[in-house]
Amino acid sequence: MALHVDDLRVHYRTLRGDVRALDGVSFAVADGEIMGVVGESGCGKSTLGKSLVRLDNRMKQVGGSVTLDGEPLPIGDDRAMNRFRFKSVSVIPQYAMSALNPTRKIGRLVADLLAAHGISYSATRPELLRRLALVDLPETVLDNYPIELSGGMKQRVVLVLSTLCDPALLVADEVTSALDVSTQQAVARTLVEFRDRGYVRSMLVVTHDISLVYQIADTIMVMYAGRLAEKAPSDVVVTEPLHPYTQLLIGALPEVGARFSDRKLTGIPGRPPGLRNPPPGCRFRARCPLAFDKCAEQPPFVEVAKDHRVACWKAGS
Amino acid sequence: MTDTERMEAPGVPALAEPVAPLVGRRRETLHFAARNKKVVGGLVVILAFLALGVLAPLFTTHGPNEYVGPPAAPPSADYWFGTTTFGQDVFVQFANGIRSTFLVGVLGGGLAALIGMTVGFVAGYRGGLVDELLNMVTNIVLVLPALAVLIILHAYVGITSVPMQAMFIGLFSWPWVARAVRAQTFSIRSREFVDLARLSGMRPLAIIRREIAPNMSSYLFMTFILLFGGSVLMAATLDFIGLGPTEAVSLGLMMNSAVHWSALHLGLWWWFVPPGAAITAIVGALYVMNVGLDEVFNPKLREM
Amino acid sequence: MRRYFGRKLAIYALTFVVAVTLNWIIPRFMPGDPVLRMLTRTSVSNPEAIAPMRSYYENVFGLDVPLWKQYLNYWVELFQGNLGVSVWLFPAPVADVILRAVPYTLALLLPSILLSWWAGNKVGALAARRRWLDNTALPVSYALTATPYMWLGILLAWSLGIVAGIFPVAGGYSFELRPDWSWVFFGSLVQHWFLPFLSLFLVAFGGWAIGMRNLIIYELEADYANYLAALGAPRRLIRRYAFRNALLPQITGLALQLGVLVAGALVTEIVFAYPGLGHLILQAIQNQDFFLLQGAFLFIVIGVLGANFVIDIVYVLVDPRTRTGMQGAT
Repeated sequence: MALHVDDLRVHYRTLRGDVRALDGVSFAVADGEIMGVVGESGCGKSTLGKSLVRLDNRMKQVGGSVTLDGEPLPIGDDRAMNRFRFKSVSVIPQYAMSALNPTRKIGRLVADLLAAHGISYSATRPELLRRLALVDLPETVLDNYPIELSGGMKQRVVLVLSTLCDPALLVADEVTSALDVSTQQAVARTLVEFRDRGYVRSMLVVTHDISLVYQIADTIMVMYAGRLAEKAPSDVVVTEPLHPYTQLLIGALPEVGARFSDRKLTGIPGRPPGLRNPPPGCRFRARCPLAFDKCAEQPPFVEVAKDHRVACWKAGS
Repeated sequence: MTDTERMEAPGVPALAEPVAPLVGRRRETLHFAARNKKVVGGLVVILAFLALGVLAPLFTTHGPNEYVGPPAAPPSADYWFGTTTFGQDVFVQFANGIRSTFLVGVLGGGLAALIGMTVGFVAGYRGGLVDELLNMVTNIVLVLPALAVLIILHAYVGITSVPMQAMFIGLFSWPWVARAVRAQTFSIRSREFVDLARLSGMRPLAIIRREIAPNMSSYLFMTFILLFGGSVLMAATLDFIGLGPTEAVSLGLMMNSAVHWSALHLGLWWWFVPPGAAITAIVGALYVMNVGLDEVFNPKLREM
Repeated sequence: MRRYFGRKLAIYALTFVVAVTLNWIIPRFMPGDPVLRMLTRTSVSNPEAIAPMRSYYENVFGLDVPLWKQYLNYWVELFQGNLGVSVWLFPAPVADVILRAVPYTLALLLPSILLSWWAGNKVGALAARRRWLDNTALPVSYALTATPYMWLGILLAWSLGIVAGIFPVAGGYSFELRPDWSWVFFGSLVQHWFLPFLSLFLVAFGGWAIGMRNLIIYELEADYANYLAALGAPRRLIRRYAFRNALLPQITGLALQLGVLVAGALVTEIVFAYPGLGHLILQAIQNQDFFLLQGAFLFIVIGVLGANFVIDIVYVLVDPRTRTGMQGAT
């Protein structure tokens, strides 16, 4: 197995106390697997993605562990992680279009980064050009400044650069959020192609767009309020969701007699709980049409069918 | 979607985190401002000097330019800051000088703020030809060295009073404000609430005043503080060269006299050290306050 | 890029025209006969010496010449290098008097501006990443930048010059010496130059350090810095990029600060009786030599415009965004 995450807990420090952005997350990603991580804003999916690569100075790991290919990944230690970044674990950030230094030519930037990792630019250049061609970028792009490229081109450059060293794990954080639909398609297809060609071994695609992950992901993991709600192969999640939240997301109606609007994601009433002082028990309780007394106790994230894990007392039973 | 609120299961605890209403934002700002050491510290220093400038002359029996004491006397119980080579009370001069300092700062800074903001808003809001013209004017005034122009103006027109000096300073200090305000206006102008106001028929001036300016109020306030400080420094420079109002007492003039009458060589440090120290303290306090206010208005900085 | 320079040159040309016009208009439109007024203010006792002076000013300000012709004459004379005759240092032409003082002012301005900019940027960048330096250098920098130029000059003159006696506090060189190409003279020049230079350097340094520190902090939080860090780039590389990017606004800042720096140099010269433009201006004011003042004004304007232009060129060379013809600097 490529990636193992065990009871990961990550908090955000704020003046008013810690926000428990990730509160005990455990899952595994196999070699060659593309896993989509979905949920609404604030559910912790971005935090999950970021914490696997680089915790920024407001985040701190308070518990749990991460293992990659059998070797522990020291995500809490910034300096120790540098050994893994770019070569074993890489990221395509949400801000890909502004991720390139505006005053440096693309080629020089790549050369600087490779040199800093002790990799020869001249030796890598042929492969770099091949991959640029794969994403429809001409060789001349290396002599351009970022300002001379369109948004889409810059994103493709970032795509190529982030995967240049064939990382074992790639985290794609909301890579399609700012794009039009046809470009989204292209990017999604490129991601899959990169995995198929072996440029990336496993991938975590973090997004709020379920329809996107349905197209490209092998597995979908649904998060809610810092915890995992459901994880299953993508077609199972879409056709037979077991967690009420997933069901509401997908638009299936549970039999409780409530009326909801037709829109898939905006149709769930209420808001997720604040994570500074989260309520005890299942965090979806307040909005769940199926909630009952046992929900005062946090349901465990257990396997209820083959490769299908849910955190709900009502699921599987 | 109002009917869906009914769907809370019974016995479920309420949302753990209430959302702060927009009304409380001003109070929250004041709350943070009062707790920010830099803001409070800077304010205390400035108010102390202001109090000195306002109150001290009321309690003194003689004027700043009267010859009252033994010439060139060091600080003593009678004369806290000693006397000049002519026997004038340095402390009284100092206190009066602080008055002019504050006056020129407020007036000069205020005028520059007014001009800069007006030019910036109009250029940013109107765009097009108006913008080009105002840009040109801004650039010209920006490049023109203020001191040099003031030298010429003083030589021929003469600068006789502090408000007049403040006016000239204000007339030259506004370009950077105009530029910054223009840039901000550009970005705010394209936001939806401005479009809404425009569609509802509000006149441009009203839009600027009611929709755009409040969003920049914190920035404008900080700009005024910087202009105040800049005014004080420029006035001191002018006074020192001898281009200041001749009838008023000012800190720069004190330093001018001190140097002119060989206070340096005679070692009359009480004559030239306090004025400059006061300016440094006041302007420094303003800058520190500005940094603190930046933290107050910009929540991201608060958490650092 | 041609558009960029074209616009800049147009602004400078326009500014120059405005300055020259101001210079000519203000005395011209004062009530009364300007020429008579100026001449009676002087204490020139030699009647026939007044004649050449009078003819120049009749041409430029006189009542018998039509207004537009006067304005034109002023420009003509300007381009011929004739700025009039100094009243105080009669019969020396204004241009000569000024040119004698300019080298001293430049000797103060150029090193202090360049060195304070360089040192301030380096220290500011360092302070952005070392807490102990930030806690010491930052307050000091704020104090320095809040200090009026002449006061620091006074303090240095008094403490290091008079009390400690290490440096002289008056003149450009020792009074006993005559200017010549000797080491002794050069040494004396440097000795007299050092305190005013130090004074200018320190105050300017504070401003640059603060600016750079804030810019670096901002750059280190930029998306490109975050991305590089996420890709495991060493902090050295990120800092290098941040520093280079932060330098760009500091270059434009240099252009904006020119007026302040020149003013600072002028008052510092006054404190140290250093024979540059500042000292000259003070004496011109005291002796009511308006023509000298006008000449000095024009010189300063030309100098500042020229410096602005140089900085614009440097900026274009350094910021790749301007070269591609995209928006770049305003």
